[in-house]
Amino acid sequence: MIHSLFLINNAGDLFLEKHWKSVISRSVCDYFFEAREKAVEPDNVPPVIRTPHHYLINIYREKIFFVSVIQTEVPPLFVIEFLHRVAETFQDYFGECSETTIKDNVVIVYELLEEMLDNGFPLATESNILKELIRPPTILRSMVNTITGSSNVGETLPTGQLSNIPWRRAGVKYTNNEAYFDVVEEIDAILDKSGTTVFAEIQGVIDACVKLSGMPDLTLSFMNPRLLDDVSFHPCVRYKRWESERVISFIPPDGNFQLMSYHISAQNLVAIPIYVKQNISFFETGSSGRLDIAVGPKQTMGKTVECLVVTVHMPKVVLSANLSATQGTYNYDPVTKILLWDIGKLNPQKLPNLKGSLSLQSGAPKPEENPSLNIDLKIQQLAISGLKVNRLDMYGEKYKPFKGVKYVTKAGKFQQRLSEWLLVHTEV
Amino acid sequence: LKVINCCVWDPSGEIFELKAELNSDKKEKKKEAVKKVIASMTVGKDVSALFPDVVNCMQTDNLELKKLVYLYLMNYAKSQPDMAIMAVNTFVKDCEDPNPLIRALAVRTMGCIRVDKITEYLCEPLRKCLKDEDPYVRKTAAVCVAKLHDINAQLVEDQGFLDTLKDLISDSNPMVVANAVAALSEIAESHPNSNLLDLNPQTINKLLTALNECTEWGQIFILDCLANYMPCDDRESQSICERVTPRLSHANSAVVLSAVKVLMKFMEMLPKDLDYYGTLLKKLAPPLVTLLSAEAELQYVALRNINLIVQKRPEILKHEMKVFFVKYNDPIYVKLEKLDIMIRLASQANIAQVLAELKEYATEVDVDFVRKAVRAIGRCAIKVEQSAERCVSTLLDLIQTKVNYVVQEAIVVIKDIFRKYPNKYESVIATLCENLDSLDEPEARAAMIWIVGEYAERIDNADELLESFLEGFHDESAQVQLQLLTAIVKLFLKKPTETQELVQQVLSLATQDSDNPDLRDRGYIYWRLLSTDPVAAKEVVLAEKPLISEETDLIEPTLLEELICHIGTLASVYHKPPSAFVEGSRGVQHKRLPARMGAGLGVAPAAMPASLGGAPAVGGGLGDLFDLGGGVGMPTGSYVAPKTVWLLAIKAKGLEISGTFARRGGIIQMDLSLTNKAMSVMTDFAVQFNRNSFGLAPAGPMQVLTPLSPNQTIDVSLPLSMSGPVMKMEPLNNLQVAVKNNIDVFYFSCQYPLSLLFVEDGRFYRQVFLATWKDIPNDSEAQFQIKDIHLNSDVASNKLQGSNIFTIAKRTVEGQDMLYQSIKLTNGIWVLAEMRIQTGNPNYTKTNGFRDCMQKQMYDSTSVVRFSSK
Repeated sequence: MIHSLFLINNAGDLFLEKHWKSVISRSVCDYFFEAREKAVEPDNVPPVIRTPHHYLINIYREKIFFVSVIQTEVPPLFVIEFLHRVAETFQDYFGECSETTIKDNVVIVYELLEEMLDNGFPLATESNILKELIRPPTILRSMVNTITGSSNVGETLPTGQLSNIPWRRAGVKYTNNEAYFDVVEEIDAILDKSGTTVFAEIQGVIDACVKLSGMPDLTLSFMNPRLLDDVSFHPCVRYKRWESERVISFIPPDGNFQLMSYHISAQNLVAIPIYVKQNISFFETGSSGRLDIAVGPKQTMGKTVECLVVTVHMPKVVLSANLSATQGTYNYDPVTKILLWDIGKLNPQKLPNLKGSLSLQSGAPKPEENPSLNIDLKIQQLAISGLKVNRLDMYGEKYKPFKGVKYVTKAGKFQQRLSEWLLVHTEV
Repeated sequence: LKVINCCVWDPSGEIFELKAELNSDKKEKKKEAVKKVIASMTVGKDVSALFPDVVNCMQTDNLELKKLVYLYLMNYAKSQPDMAIMAVNTFVKDCEDPNPLIRALAVRTMGCIRVDKITEYLCEPLRKCLKDEDPYVRKTAAVCVAKLHDINAQLVEDQGFLDTLKDLISDSNPMVVANAVAALSEIAESHPNSNLLDLNPQTINKLLTALNECTEWGQIFILDCLANYMPCDDRESQSICERVTPRLSHANSAVVLSAVKVLMKFMEMLPKDLDYYGTLLKKLAPPLVTLLSAEAELQYVALRNINLIVQKRPEILKHEMKVFFVKYNDPIYVKLEKLDIMIRLASQANIAQVLAELKEYATEVDVDFVRKAVRAIGRCAIKVEQSAERCVSTLLDLIQTKVNYVVQEAIVVIKDIFRKYPNKYESVIATLCENLDSLDEPEARAAMIWIVGEYAERIDNADELLESFLEGFHDESAQVQLQLLTAIVKLFLKKPTETQELVQQVLSLATQDSDNPDLRDRGYIYWRLLSTDPVAAKEVVLAEKPLISEETDLIEPTLLEELICHIGTLASVYHKPPSAFVEGSRGVQHKRLPARMGAGLGVAPAAMPASLGGAPAVGGGLGDLFDLGGGVGMPTGSYVAPKTVWLLAIKAKGLEISGTFARRGGIIQMDLSLTNKAMSVMTDFAVQFNRNSFGLAPAGPMQVLTPLSPNQTIDVSLPLSMSGPVMKMEPLNNLQVAVKNNIDVFYFSCQYPLSLLFVEDGRFYRQVFLATWKDIPNDSEAQFQIKDIHLNSDVASNKLQGSNIFTIAKRTVEGQDMLYQSIKLTNGIWVLAEMRIQTGNPNYTKTNGFRDCMQKQMYDSTSVVRFSSK
């Protein structure tokens, strides 16, 4: 099972270690540092690293490497899932998962890690249970604590821990009973240079915020459940009912949780909300080029595209860019070779355009690498797949809750390949 | 290497201050002080000097303070064992606390204190906690058994904790069940043969029930445990599959992959024409695709496993090619894995798409990835014949880009395409030759030189081209030098008149000025060949080459089967059997996929998998035994089966191995024929066996003294000893062999006839034969009928003696000859047999009893005894 955990920042400083069995010397991390060096980019460090006596399984989140050490055969996915859970718990407790917050709350971090694993076996990883065992720090409570001397550790066994519904504590009480569901869809797509879809799919999640008293039993149904190709549920969902009736029936955890995630891969269903037209050329005579990018709406279902950002990864030979944008701001980072154009809201009446000249390394030939373009966007009140929640019913409790469903579509890994550099012969 | 940031701890001030605070009367101050100590500890500062002061804070009713002190204790008890004893009393007291949280905490912490002296005190509280009324305490105690086992295994066994743990598998609380399974699995890893997790239909049912109700982590433990079970029949297999399938919709990807493992393994038993089989196949694809939208690290592990799954069952994901298309911002480790799977899924139906993608990748920024993409195009050409032409033209387009490393990779793969499809694409040679000057990598230069030599007759200026390489001959790498030598000799044989000078030049460079023995030898051989017999030289040098294999990178089938049983584990990430690398798991059992039952075959007992596979062999083997063609009346010596192919050349980069086993004069020999079907010389042969049922091992190194040239075969006899490590294999006579040469290591498995193990002094004492025979319990007996043998008992007896099966006594009762026989195996096991032969009836009845006289231990009666004699 999981033996030890080391947290290492981007500069290579090891700033926290935790051992669940015997202590393993931190020198084992030298193998990690070696791999880190070799990978150049932090994203490229291989997740599983073999050393003579141990295996290092690591994830990279929020500029921190979570490096775990294992000694015997353990499913690597189990370890990786757990590490992500640790990062999420920190995020949940401290608002963000960063070196500073971890260092500021080092004792709580330690208590949490101790509670999450016992001898390397996961113990309590549900946020609801952890919060009963160890209360998250709040400014108010730390003030109260200093005055009254009370503690941030729960004194009793979490009620949910052993019931049939371990994710929910008993005796929940609210004056306002509410249940909100956010249907969030991300489009993952690769478009070729002409804008035709090479590959597209939708990753959707339904995030819930349920604040209901007692033991509510909820049923959520869709207008069009057959759209979904694959679904993964929170443990609270009764799978049999989904199988037979295509409804989601569950007793919810208290507070925020992810009810389900789903996947739609049938390509014809994936609408592409915008188009990008681009033109990039190379002047044979001088060390310069031209860039012209225009963006416009495609299938937006009548909604507005917001938070539109276009990122272009330029070839190494591009030294600087002198462009003008009809909307938004642009920035070219000559070190990372990334051109970032923050457009904002897409106005269909006045299409944004970015054009101008690029200066290239002198004497460089026409670049062979084609730039690649990533798109970020957001569309409110739309699930691009067309998925619609039909109704939400509550059983088991008498009160009438306030219910709400929100839809939003975002770009996930949304990229368009750019056409080759156009060679322009200029007459001298 | 980065220097780890070390904090310098100033012992003078801070420790002193903390000490004072820890001993303060005020509770709050104490707690704050302990917090400070813990904070220092987490960043790696040494605060062990405060041990007694911190332990003093332990007796408190403040739970938070208690937890903090426990945290500290776990960290430092090892370095201060004597001090740690001070804490024992409090622990024991806390184990009786009315609050289950405190009871559990105490037993949990005690298990983490890895000090021998403490473990003695732990036993009693642990025993109580294992039977605690509160399941929270029980589940914590279950894990504690695993902890204790890690510290002192003997103690755990002596105290009977393993049995209590086994009982917990039937606990009413699913979380307790899951933890008991997890603890047992961990303990079992250090005792591979201990049968700790004795799985039977009842326990399986309990596990399946708990599976639905326990936490996600518990589900992983249970699924991994289920995967070790061998269902009795296809019906049981199907019902387990049905109950596991809902786990595919779990949000935790580790649960999903463990469920995939169980399904992949058990569906092996389902008849293919069953509707459910098809349904299950369809259900597997979507969750696998979904795994690819998770975080990059999860994707990586998923992809490594999918790589195995598409090799075993390509039909699952054959329509999902597009999800493996590479995205610009995928980490490099994900990109490379996706590329590999794309090639595996490439087929005539989707090749156009794949090629368009690969071409796109070839213009990316990452050099490693680009190279792999170009190679992938070549692999497509070799894999999908219909696409070869398109692949070649794509490669030509890429060569036109003139990007140096792209051109070089393209030339390397075009060489392979020429090998696979001779006389088809030579029209592109001219284009290749244009890029001769830009090649600076040995592999690309060697490939280009090979092409020029191979097609010298079609290249007008082949001599000029090769000559240009010759100028810097000594600066080239060995690979290029060898290739250049061969190419020029080929050229000379094709165009002898114009190239005499050139060939002399290269031969003298190779033989006189080179330090490389391989090069010198090859030079001399060519020289002699050319000077003595040019016709023979032509036959040798310009011989037709064997075609290269379609897919050289497929995983060997038995290894693939084993890896499928290990889906989701480290083994599946490294594509190596767990025995090859997991430390501390001595004698890992090799897992095999279950055998498929015939659709109408119905039920077969689960406990006898070996007999299932082996039963027909008994009849067949005995049939051979009484072959009429053999000499009559004389012991003929042990039968040696003809050699069969054990390792195919396409799976071993051109090395073909066939072989058989023989017993000659009491010595066991493995007779091997090694054939080199590759292009290059093979040297440095070595052989090794995996652990096996009877401890067979090579008695000495394999004697292959001369290098093995292409198309050459040599016979080797390898004497075997019985002194190797023992592990029970299935089937019992299975032997896994690794053969190494200068190219790679290859694995294959073969089965030896059990008669190999019958020793020459296998004559049992006549006086005690009958008594021993009667002592053998019925369940150690097996009976077979041997059909269609037209031999009388004397001839049969003589023939059997050749294989060291001795007739001890004979009597005739009512026209039936009864032969009483004995066999002794190399490991001291005796097998006694009674053979009844009815004169005129070609069917014999043979009853075997197994008895191990040495160890008074009954021999596994499911094993197959196979008699072969001619």
